[in-house]
Amino acid sequence: MALSGLDIYKLLPKTNCRQCGLATCLAFAMQLAKKAVVIEKCPFITPEAKNILEAQALPPIKLISLGSGESKLDIGNETVMFRHEEKFRNPAGLGFIIEDSLNEGQIRSALEKINRLKFERVGQALEVNLVAIKQSKDAKRFIEATKLVLSNTSLPLMLISSDPASLKGAAELSKERRPLLYCATKDNASQIGRIAKELDLPLVAAGKNIDELAQLTGELNALGVNNLILDTGSKPVTEKIWDLTQIRRQALKKSNRALGYPALVIVEAADPYEEAIEAAAYISKYAGLVLIKGIETWEVLSILTLRQNIYTDPQKPLQIEPKLYPIGQASQNSPVLITTNFSLSYYTVLGEVEASKIPSYILSVDTEGMSVLTAWAAEKFNAQSITRSLEKFGVKEAIKHKNLIIPGYVAVMSGDLEEQSGFKVIVGPKEAAGIPAFLKNLN
Amino acid sequence: MATQLVLEKWPGLISTVTLGAKKEEGGSRATTVKIGGENTLPLLFNEGNIPNKPAIAFEVWDIPPEDWPEELTKAYGKVLNDPFAWADKCVNEYKAQALCLRMQGTHPDFGDKGAQEAAKFVSALLKKVNVPLVITGSGDDAKDNLILPACSEAAKGERCLIGSAVQDNYKTLVASVLADGHSIIAESPIDINIAKQLNILISDMGLSLERIVINPTIGALGYGLEYAYSIMERARLAALSGDKTLASPFICFAGQEAWRAKEAKAAPDQGIIWEVITATSLIQSGADLLVMRHPAAAVKVAKYIDSLFINK
Repeated sequence: MALSGLDIYKLLPKTNCRQCGLATCLAFAMQLAKKAVVIEKCPFITPEAKNILEAQALPPIKLISLGSGESKLDIGNETVMFRHEEKFRNPAGLGFIIEDSLNEGQIRSALEKINRLKFERVGQALEVNLVAIKQSKDAKRFIEATKLVLSNTSLPLMLISSDPASLKGAAELSKERRPLLYCATKDNASQIGRIAKELDLPLVAAGKNIDELAQLTGELNALGVNNLILDTGSKPVTEKIWDLTQIRRQALKKSNRALGYPALVIVEAADPYEEAIEAAAYISKYAGLVLIKGIETWEVLSILTLRQNIYTDPQKPLQIEPKLYPIGQASQNSPVLITTNFSLSYYTVLGEVEASKIPSYILSVDTEGMSVLTAWAAEKFNAQSITRSLEKFGVKEAIKHKNLIIPGYVAVMSGDLEEQSGFKVIVGPKEAAGIPAFLKNLN
Repeated sequence: MATQLVLEKWPGLISTVTLGAKKEEGGSRATTVKIGGENTLPLLFNEGNIPNKPAIAFEVWDIPPEDWPEELTKAYGKVLNDPFAWADKCVNEYKAQALCLRMQGTHPDFGDKGAQEAAKFVSALLKKVNVPLVITGSGDDAKDNLILPACSEAAKGERCLIGSAVQDNYKTLVASVLADGHSIIAESPIDINIAKQLNILISDMGLSLERIVINPTIGALGYGLEYAYSIMERARLAALSGDKTLASPFICFAGQEAWRAKEAKAAPDQGIIWEVITATSLIQSGADLLVMRHPAAAVKVAKYIDSLFINK
């Protein structure tokens, strides 16, 4: 919880010395609460008060960066329990575990496949984020496998080993790429912590439960290791979701710094469907990084789409580029359907037009991403804006006829639109589901 | 030092709706299905009770579906041409705990079957299978107002779940459901205020809140899933905080929406997982009853649900 102006005032010297440039300490406190001034403006603040205020200004869940360069992954910095309260900020990373027991050819082909897992949906790029190398043999093999991964993917790396020497060897080799180290436990905290400290790398802290974790992150912080990711180990789904929920609540509701880090989950289900179901559940409920083994396109696309849905800003609906879209083999005689540039409106209309199998045009009018009725109410979807779009996207030139189909819900604008655009307006169905039948009966 | 858990205690409770009536209750079902009854957020067993697992109803149509993609139709094969064989296969082969009957053949564009024929069909189906039934119309308001009362009467005493009632068309259906001892699906267009308002309107007609199931209208994975997801979370939080007018279980038509998605038709396995992830993500936001289409998807979701409730 943010401190109020009055809370801050209690921490100030209350001398009204005016050296900060404001008339009173209270006025300064109010400005601090709004983050309009910096605490350094007060020359007499005590170190204790400064610490409290600085800690207060930190995000409750630390932002952790993995990897380097273009494929760098930022996770954490989340501020709400439910996406409708504001939004989820940094999409959970999706990573793949590769065992070092695989031979060179197998590792190469897995990486090739992982590198190709890129999709585009609703105008956004959907990408996977990380490759984790898991040790199951000796240090030599682990380092060989790390080299192989380093040279065959530009994705961020994670090194999974329970042997500090192996971990250190692989970390030194790959430190330019800022790999994530897995993991520190209560038994090896100082040893692993020192590797992370020395190479300045992010580190996973693993404990059986949140008590153990809170203590461990404290020990690691004392060693100067602050870029942490939390793991509560292998558990049934509901227990895992409870841990993730509790960690998020501790950070947001109690400002518990010891647990103010993103959390990761290693999904252990072997069946690709079960793996996808679990990954989706953890993405919805608070994981910052999810690791799976499956690399099939159909499985990964479904997980990434779910992540896209959950991390969509509820206040800023997804938009598509406003323009005239030909659907199927659209010709000069094809019908023209008008909708907004709100992705969901457009794609719903698109689905139905495609289902009708009647080649058509869809004119997506720039409504700043508002849906049909909202945009109509806000005067972003009316005779003027539609007429402008008709001209801008050359609808007259694209078709021979003069008919426009508008959504049934905005039938009321028909007269105005005919007058301003010079086209003839046909009122379409209210719901997109009615489009196939409507188009079939059009002629 | 032990970390003190942040626990949430809710004053509210989601109502329990029973589907199906056994012989001693005036029906003829061999089994019944209870949904709802939770007083905590989904899957948070540590904070309250979740007495009933989310249930799955297999979708069955009264006519062969025209617009189902091949991936889906080939899973059922020839039985799609015979609704009784179709229903039988769901119950006996896939162990469906409930069926959701869609009276598509009554739609003016798809056969325009009359009320009498629809009622006869429902009676016959009730004799053929002994699991609880959800009965939905074809989505044509005027026609639904004719056939649903007839279906309701034909299933009198069987405690079906019948829908959908919408904000500007609910009175006819509420009257039938009330008279024949069923429960009702109250459908709102991804809008928490309309959901609340409709529940109030329905209960004002004398149908108790314990006989209402909310259909929040969902989008499939990638097609607006997040809107329904958040509307459901908001409604559930309001209900748990004590708003009785939103304390109804949710029914989600996961199969219907998922199989409309372009991706679902694109590649083998893609459709099944699309339906599966749509369904399980909605469980995460509070779904109590999932209406599903592909048997493999339904089986996988059922297995996941069992794994969630393994210690309960």
